[in-house]
Amino acid sequence: MPIPVSIPTVLRPLTDNLDTVEVEGATIGDLLANLEKRYPGIGERLLDAQGNVRRFVNIYVNGEDVRFLQDKATAVKAGDEVSIVPAIAGG
Amino acid sequence: MGKEFFSFLKCRECGRQYPKKAVHVCEFDFGPLEADYNYEEIQRSISRSVIESRPHNMWRYRELLPIDGEPTVGLNTGFTPLVKADRLAKALGVRDLYIKNDAFNYPSLSFKDRVVSVALSRAKELGFKIVACASTGNLANSVAAHAAGAGLKSYVLIPADLEQSKVLNSLVYGTQVIGIHGAYDQVNRLCSEIAGKYGWGFVNVNLRPYYAEGSKTMGFEIAEQLGWRLPRHTVVPMASGSLLTKVAKAYQEASKVGLIEEQPFTIHGAQATGCNPISAAFKAGTDLIRPVSKPTTIAKSLAIGTPADGYYAVHAVKSTGGSCEDVTDAEIIEGIRLLAETEGIFAETAGGVTVACAKKLISSGKIPANESVVLCVTGHGLKTAEAVAPHLPPPRLINPSLREFEALIANDAVHAAAA
Repeated sequence: MPIPVSIPTVLRPLTDNLDTVEVEGATIGDLLANLEKRYPGIGERLLDAQGNVRRFVNIYVNGEDVRFLQDKATAVKAGDEVSIVPAIAGG
Repeated sequence: MGKEFFSFLKCRECGRQYPKKAVHVCEFDFGPLEADYNYEEIQRSISRSVIESRPHNMWRYRELLPIDGEPTVGLNTGFTPLVKADRLAKALGVRDLYIKNDAFNYPSLSFKDRVVSVALSRAKELGFKIVACASTGNLANSVAAHAAGAGLKSYVLIPADLEQSKVLNSLVYGTQVIGIHGAYDQVNRLCSEIAGKYGWGFVNVNLRPYYAEGSKTMGFEIAEQLGWRLPRHTVVPMASGSLLTKVAKAYQEASKVGLIEEQPFTIHGAQATGCNPISAAFKAGTDLIRPVSKPTTIAKSLAIGTPADGYYAVHAVKSTGGSCEDVTDAEIIEGIRLLAETEGIFAETAGGVTVACAKKLISSGKIPANESVVLCVTGHGLKTAEAVAPHLPPPRLINPSLREFEALIANDAVHAAAA
């Protein structure tokens, strides 16, 4: 079952300007791997050389930051909302 | 200025370089951009005596600030008093204590006058006509005041529920004050959307790499005012965590360019328990900052639930052997009153946070009694008077009669002592 992932404006040049992309996967890690397969280059923008989600990239499942779930092992299922949001520097 | 000291902007995460424009985030990995300098050139150009020969304002460290030409904004800002606080030291149980008193900053009575001086000097160099900010109050006051003095148009966006005096202290300068129904983090989110669309100079969004560097001057001044040495401990209040990281950077740069000997220093972070994302992460032994979605503290100037520099602040504290603390509203009020009653310094709520956290750090031995300490007080108490007002006894009222006066003070200890 494909899961919709919302893509931030800055990364849309890599996704044919789509703001939402549907990808298959049972975990966040799967989704990101499949995203990279379909849109080569997006993976390194989101993950560092060790494969961890970059510090200033936030990935939310139903509004909760995956850092406070199980990171890339966080399970996803049909009906979940996944969004990728760069951190906002300010304040 | 023939020599170039400020080279480029650089991503704190991946090190990619960016030109010195109004950009603040790395296009590749979204890391924050930071000013990078030619330290060898700076070392050749400044010295203690060169700095000491300059006017008493923050621009005496101009080579270590990210502008190209001569500063045009904030020529009276900074060089605030470093007060030897013996009576407070006694109350807290330490020997050598100082207050870096930015309640006394020019023109708007908070440390934000430093960051705005740099941001607006740079904004003018970059050709901006309209400047703006997202603010918990102090930054708005400073942008409004400095922009008025510099002849720039300004917009300040603030949470709608700020202290009345902080709202008034922006309105009076003729700035456009926009109150947002939401917490600071929502204001900030809106500002980053506006900054992208309108081409304004948002001091803490697209001008953030310049703005943030202004905080270093607080650290340089502390070192210079102590006779070109560092305090062993510095306690800094944390909202975004930026000030704390920049005080640490200032101490490192001061030795890097030869102004002070290399020496150990420890930085401690102070937050309010009602909004303590950085302190909570530190105490949990992690650098993952869990956002606080609904801050509840009287220290509104520190109520940033998603602190942009939280990660770096945790590391600055850790790497210098420091600690983080947080305190309740009651402890904040107690801190404000203690500072006022022992030193005659009226700090805003954030200052109460700093004093109360210092008290905890001292009583737990994290700041040893025999080591020097500087507490950073970042804003004036009149800005948050309504937080303290309910906790102070009202004046006692009498008729203009000596008999009534004598009856009134009959039981006062002062009267007994004087007699």
